Amino acid sequence: MSSPVAELHEDPVLRFLFGKLDISSVPWHDPIIMGAGAGMVGAAVLVLGLTTYFKLWPYVWKEWLTSVDHKKIGVMYIILALIMLLRGFADALMMRAQQALASAGGHGFLPPDHFDQIFTAHGVIMIFFVAMPFVIGLMNVIMPLQIGARDVAFPYLNSLSFWFTAAGAVLINVSLVVGEFAHTGWLAYAPLSGLQFSPGVGVDYYLWAIQISGIGTTLSGVNLIATIFKMRAPGMTLMRMPVFTWTTLAANILIVAAFPILTVTLALLGLDRYLGMHFFTNDGGGNAMMYVNLIWAWGHPEVYILVLPAFGIFSEIVATFCRKRLFGYDAMVYATMCIAILSFIVWLHHFFTMGAGANVNGFFGISTMIISIPTGVKVFNWLFTMYRGRVRLEVPMLWTMGFIITFVIGGATGVMLAIPGADFVLHNSVFLIAHFHNVIIGGVLFGCIAGLNYWFPKAFGFRLHSGIGKVSFWCWLIGFYVAFMPLYALGLMGMTRRLSHMDNPVWHVYLIVAACGALIIFAGIIAQIVQIGYSIWKRDELRDDSGDPWDGRTLEWATSSPPPFYNFAVTPAIGNHDAFWDAKQTGQAYIQPKSYEPIHMPRNTATGLLIGLASIPFGFALVWHIWWLAVVTLIGMIGLAILHTFNEDRDYYVQPDEIKAIEDARFAKLNTTTEA
Amino acid sequence: MSSTPVNPAENPVGAFKDQLKSAYDHNPNEAHDTHDHHHQDEEAKVTLGFWIYLMSDCLIFATLFATFAVLKDATAGGPNGRELFDLGFVAIETSLLLLSSLTFGLSMISMQNNKLNGVLGWLAVTGLLGLGFMGMEIYEFNHLIHEGAGPDRSAFLSAFFTLVGTHGLHVTSGLIWMGVMFVHLFRRGITPANRIRMMELSLFWHFLDIIWIGVFSIVYLMGAA
Repeated sequence: MSSPVAELHEDPVLRFLFGKLDISSVPWHDPIIMGAGAGMVGAAVLVLGLTTYFKLWPYVWKEWLTSVDHKKIGVMYIILALIMLLRGFADALMMRAQQALASAGGHGFLPPDHFDQIFTAHGVIMIFFVAMPFVIGLMNVIMPLQIGARDVAFPYLNSLSFWFTAAGAVLINVSLVVGEFAHTGWLAYAPLSGLQFSPGVGVDYYLWAIQISGIGTTLSGVNLIATIFKMRAPGMTLMRMPVFTWTTLAANILIVAAFPILTVTLALLGLDRYLGMHFFTNDGGGNAMMYVNLIWAWGHPEVYILVLPAFGIFSEIVATFCRKRLFGYDAMVYATMCIAILSFIVWLHHFFTMGAGANVNGFFGISTMIISIPTGVKVFNWLFTMYRGRVRLEVPMLWTMGFIITFVIGGATGVMLAIPGADFVLHNSVFLIAHFHNVIIGGVLFGCIAGLNYWFPKAFGFRLHSGIGKVSFWCWLIGFYVAFMPLYALGLMGMTRRLSHMDNPVWHVYLIVAACGALIIFAGIIAQIVQIGYSIWKRDELRDDSGDPWDGRTLEWATSSPPPFYNFAVTPAIGNHDAFWDAKQTGQAYIQPKSYEPIHMPRNTATGLLIGLASIPFGFALVWHIWWLAVVTLIGMIGLAILHTFNEDRDYYVQPDEIKAIEDARFAKLNTTTEA
Repeated sequence: MSSTPVNPAENPVGAFKDQLKSAYDHNPNEAHDTHDHHHQDEEAKVTLGFWIYLMSDCLIFATLFATFAVLKDATAGGPNGRELFDLGFVAIETSLLLLSSLTFGLSMISMQNNKLNGVLGWLAVTGLLGLGFMGMEIYEFNHLIHEGAGPDRSAFLSAFFTLVGTHGLHVTSGLIWMGVMFVHLFRRGITPANRIRMMELSLFWHFLDIIWIGVFSIVYLMGAA
């Protein structure tokens, strides 16, 4: 595995053509990596082969790859997230196994060099390529439906954003087989990530994978904010927006405000590595602590970019499954925006031990604790919504209840860490690991899976099997506690994070318990896969023709499942929040309009896909210093973007006849359902 | 999305047939009511989106300014701003860019008056001023590097080259955009789509001017003081 410094080709022609890349860049001798690589390549070949065999390319090309439909782009984001979840979780299993095996004098099965790459890849993948695409995918599918829009503000940009994210994910997977990944931890702290201490290509893969996907994320933020501000249906004032739309707005404002900082930080690290600059180096006047400050000035808002939408999902679910209007809607909105603002003034709590002094630490400790107030408001709102509600224990609601309990524990340990004095003991221990997994799994991941179960029937027209969903939920919930509660104890005993070998029989037993927890979670993931597969197989039994399987309250349930490509045949008018619930109460739902008017829709385009595809060799070329390829692909990408501005055939009107045919079919189905 | 309701009596289905090909870019004289609304919607949407993008770009510069502020004294024994900066040179550079904002404004006024030649002429002057600015910046960078004051000399110079260079990269993008804009204007004239494009390009160009005022004050004036 270890090929820290690739030898440069002697031959100038080869050096020009291949940069630092040569045949020894692939770790042929490492069975774990080769096996994983063969698995990935095999899976890709299988998918491509099956697509070809069943002659699905025209369908895939037209309906998915070049689609600018927000629902399809959202689904592709979620598929990307689920695939990357498997990769990230494989890393987690290996770490748990290694620490269980190598904590009582054993050697385990991973050399330290490989272990370092695994914990780095695990963090990067789970945050950037699982949590982010999952959350953005759900926003994409649902938010425009919730505000009664026909697409996002800039559909082509949306497609481009997705393909940039996918390109970043491809790049990180390439690093598994060709070369290496960073050994630096998921935030690549300088000076460790500088050229002096990380001369290999690992950090370069890290930089370009995140830069490319990060640009996609920023563009997505611009797009979704413009969508919410400019495309709400008539009557939907800001304070009538569903809470998920509010949290989407907050998260995207945070994206636009925070991701540029990440872009600059990684660019500066890149300049240190590529052009010998001195931003974060030990010599030349560089300031490594500035890296830590900058990366967390992005990193802490990032936490809320992920968790605020999850809060929104839980708010929708809790109101639906308790058959009550959400308790304290206004308070929920204000709490969301408070958290969004406060998230920018707490970043230093990630490094109290830097030595900024008691006053600075005091300020950031207090500001951190203040965040728990709006968060507490939210928790009470959910609880009071449940109070005296008719709680239906469907799968999304189970995830929500699991979340409330788990997240409160995670929040409480967070407040402990916010005390600078305590943090000096707990900093960089596995107590911290337990804390942030407690909030990210218990908050973000539970939220995403709850949202998946809740909105799956909206996206596909059939429900996910609830029995298997419950199995998955209980495995995840129990597995989480078994895996991470021991880490709290270990952290208090003094075990630091990222240890590949240790010799302490007292810790050993805790690590074995934690590894068992990871296996229980693994069972939950398998149940998840089985649930999706089984539900697709039995889709006719699970079909929902009403478009409203949960007796929902917000506008996305007013249209059919899956929604027609134009979402709403007639732009809905909104008089209150919980618009669809109101319509059902007053008998205004499910009334077919007498006539339809033409609908203005965007056309598909392959430009986003092509630019995204070109960014893969672009990133790869920069990683391996293949300059000609970088220049060619960069010019190609810019050229494609410019060429797109000359495409004047971007949109069209759907004619009333076509709309009428689609809507007639829907209402015919609706009527048979009602009669049956 | 056009949410404006269309009166079917005034707009029978057939009327939409010729508009099917392109509702985005067409001659405004043939504009239909729906399309006027559509273009207003489109312009408001694109302009808001572009403003949001500009704010994200502004944060990129904010981060670079902060970085420069932290590192401006980290000269590592190398030259500092007082020894390197030629304020007279920078004053000319600055006036070129400020003047180009004025000429872009004149181009926009011509567009309001539907005078295509005025638009193209003033845009050309803007482009030339921009090219002059970039020429001077490249000359300055080249000069500094040859003096041994390149970006790898010290953290101060890394921060200087990166901040000023990022601005220069933006100006270059603006110049490429102007080139593309010429082609659009030649092909189509002052169409609603081109109005939107010019509107965003002018926002972008003035934005870079404002950033430069920050660079000029903080990097050069305060650095040379």
